[in-house]
Amino acid sequence: MNLHEYQSKLRFAEYGIPIPKGRVARDPQEAYEIAKELGGPVVVKAQVLTGGRGKAGGVKLARTPEEAQQRADEILGMNIKDHKVLKVLIDPASEIRAEIYLGVTNDRAARKPLIMASAEGGMDIEEVNRVSPEKIIREHIDPFLGLRDYQIRNLAYGIELPRELWKQFMQIARGLYRAYSESDATLAEINPLIIDGSGNLLAVDGKMSIDDNALFRQPQLAEMRDTSAEPTAETEARAAGLSYVKLDGEIGCMVNGAGLAMATMDMTKLFGGSPANFLDIGGGAKADKVAAALRIILVDPNVKAVLFNIFGGITRCDEVALGIIEALDEVKTGLPMVVRLVGTNEEEGRRIIDEANIPNMVGAATLADAARKAVEAARNVQG
Amino acid sequence: MSILADESTRVLIQGITGREGLFHTEQMIEYGTDVVGGVTPGKGGEWVLGKPVFDTVKAARESTGANASVIYVPAGFATDAIYEAVDAGIELIVCITEGIPVMDMMKVREQLDQSTSRLIGPNCPGLLTPGEAKLGIMPGHIAMPGNVGVVSRSGTLTYEVVYALTQKGIGQTTCVGIGGDPVNGTNFIDVLQMFEDDPATEQVVLIGEIGGTDEEKAARFIASSMTKRVVAFIAGQTAPPGKRMGHAGAIVEGGAGTAEDKIAALNAAGVRVAEHPEQIPDLLV
Repeated sequence: MNLHEYQSKLRFAEYGIPIPKGRVARDPQEAYEIAKELGGPVVVKAQVLTGGRGKAGGVKLARTPEEAQQRADEILGMNIKDHKVLKVLIDPASEIRAEIYLGVTNDRAARKPLIMASAEGGMDIEEVNRVSPEKIIREHIDPFLGLRDYQIRNLAYGIELPRELWKQFMQIARGLYRAYSESDATLAEINPLIIDGSGNLLAVDGKMSIDDNALFRQPQLAEMRDTSAEPTAETEARAAGLSYVKLDGEIGCMVNGAGLAMATMDMTKLFGGSPANFLDIGGGAKADKVAAALRIILVDPNVKAVLFNIFGGITRCDEVALGIIEALDEVKTGLPMVVRLVGTNEEEGRRIIDEANIPNMVGAATLADAARKAVEAARNVQG
Repeated sequence: MSILADESTRVLIQGITGREGLFHTEQMIEYGTDVVGGVTPGKGGEWVLGKPVFDTVKAARESTGANASVIYVPAGFATDAIYEAVDAGIELIVCITEGIPVMDMMKVREQLDQSTSRLIGPNCPGLLTPGEAKLGIMPGHIAMPGNVGVVSRSGTLTYEVVYALTQKGIGQTTCVGIGGDPVNGTNFIDVLQMFEDDPATEQVVLIGEIGGTDEEKAARFIASSMTKRVVAFIAGQTAPPGKRMGHAGAIVEGGAGTAEDKIAALNAAGVRVAEHPEQIPDLLV
């Protein structure tokens, strides 16, 4: 789960990291009032859960409250990489003497947290990594010991941070690591951490991603999820415990397991169709979950055929079959459906489907057979 | 021959009295696995499926001589279950549980590195040595004994491939699901090395998916250290790129991790990559 910039920075502030004194506006008038209250020039920043908003024109400088109102009006409602801007952050503009990068993330290859710093922070940090990776100083962190002060000194020394800023930098790096580990974050990043006009460090932009698996013990963070900018189907899917991503194709897919779901999507393409979605009903899914999944798939108007591919392990084919029948009682559909059930309790599952005698539903023995039938069926519907 | 587990492996079930634990223990026993007992705190002294239940792994190990454990406990308790098995000196720990926080797994890794235990998973289907033992949730009837080793990051996709092999009369030595989480106990290279060392394994199937760089590393290992033929499948060619936030991920992984990258790396290592799972048997002649 990703947090907005303003949410991340507020979290950072709780850990003693200095941030600008801005606030969030939802309409231009509010932007005007915040800018007036702050006095002086401000930055109007789109709050969207995607990268590259600066390059997309979602960050603008404003010298007066009137100008802030005008910029907010331009930015609110903008579409940045399919994310609609519903909120802007109004921060006081800072004089920037230097831009530093500071981030903590999980290094899955090393299986340890990793803290990184660079004197060349800002939007082009990935380019810095490509061209001169030695300019990014890296320290792996022992998850039991946590970030040690000497490691922070290694970073400060490595990026040639002026001595007089080491104390501030220590406090910020310690705070960032604590914010990361105590939030079960997979990413906590300040980019840029600037040296401002008064010669102090200030976190002018921040990002955090929280491990979805840990939200059960992070109720405060779980509540911060912003579903307003996300498609309703994805919100509904999450509530039902399903993993769903909408795509542009015409074959609705319901599969158990992420790997098999991806392979099933790949198969529809191999046979000349394209997937309408990624949908993993997860391990051990029961009837109600399957019913919810089918409802979500059928809401998509692009769907011309539905492909069920269930390979039972912890999931039982009979439970899935019951779910399909139950869902079809509730959500009537004339769309062609192809069902493949293999694995745990497959005979029982197939018997349930056969006995229900649904005219627009056919079975399939292999994955290739199922994908081919679904692609053909979708083509006939279109034709 | 096989790797990791065979008919002599003495298996303990952590979470034996839970719904999933009970269901799959029954299937493991039916398959012929030597399940010697189970652990559920607070239920020590009871019997389920004819097996004794203990309160702690330590007590269970002392009483049964178990050398392997399969964990079916919920995510909130699974980390503790892994630590308990490590502390009791269980040699092979298979954690089926899905949804363990990454931070917990990074700590588990540190503990494992200082122990003699091997962890398979979490978030995995476990392993299956056809005709001998099943430690986990892979459906037993889809596999048959033979000379192909299977290693996979996926769950159900593994079944798909094993089933396709069996349909074509190609049997397996051992099928290992290493799990799809970012941090796990055993990686591709660990298992590839075991297959390389196992005299019964003649060829290996590797099943990967997008994300991370484990497949790329496996490709380098295959090129440098394997004499046996390896064929592969990578899932996720039509998956949309993730909604990436921040730059740290890109800095650490350098933009790698797409299906194209992985397939290119495997091809460069001389590994043939199937277009779809059911094509794998054709590549193994």
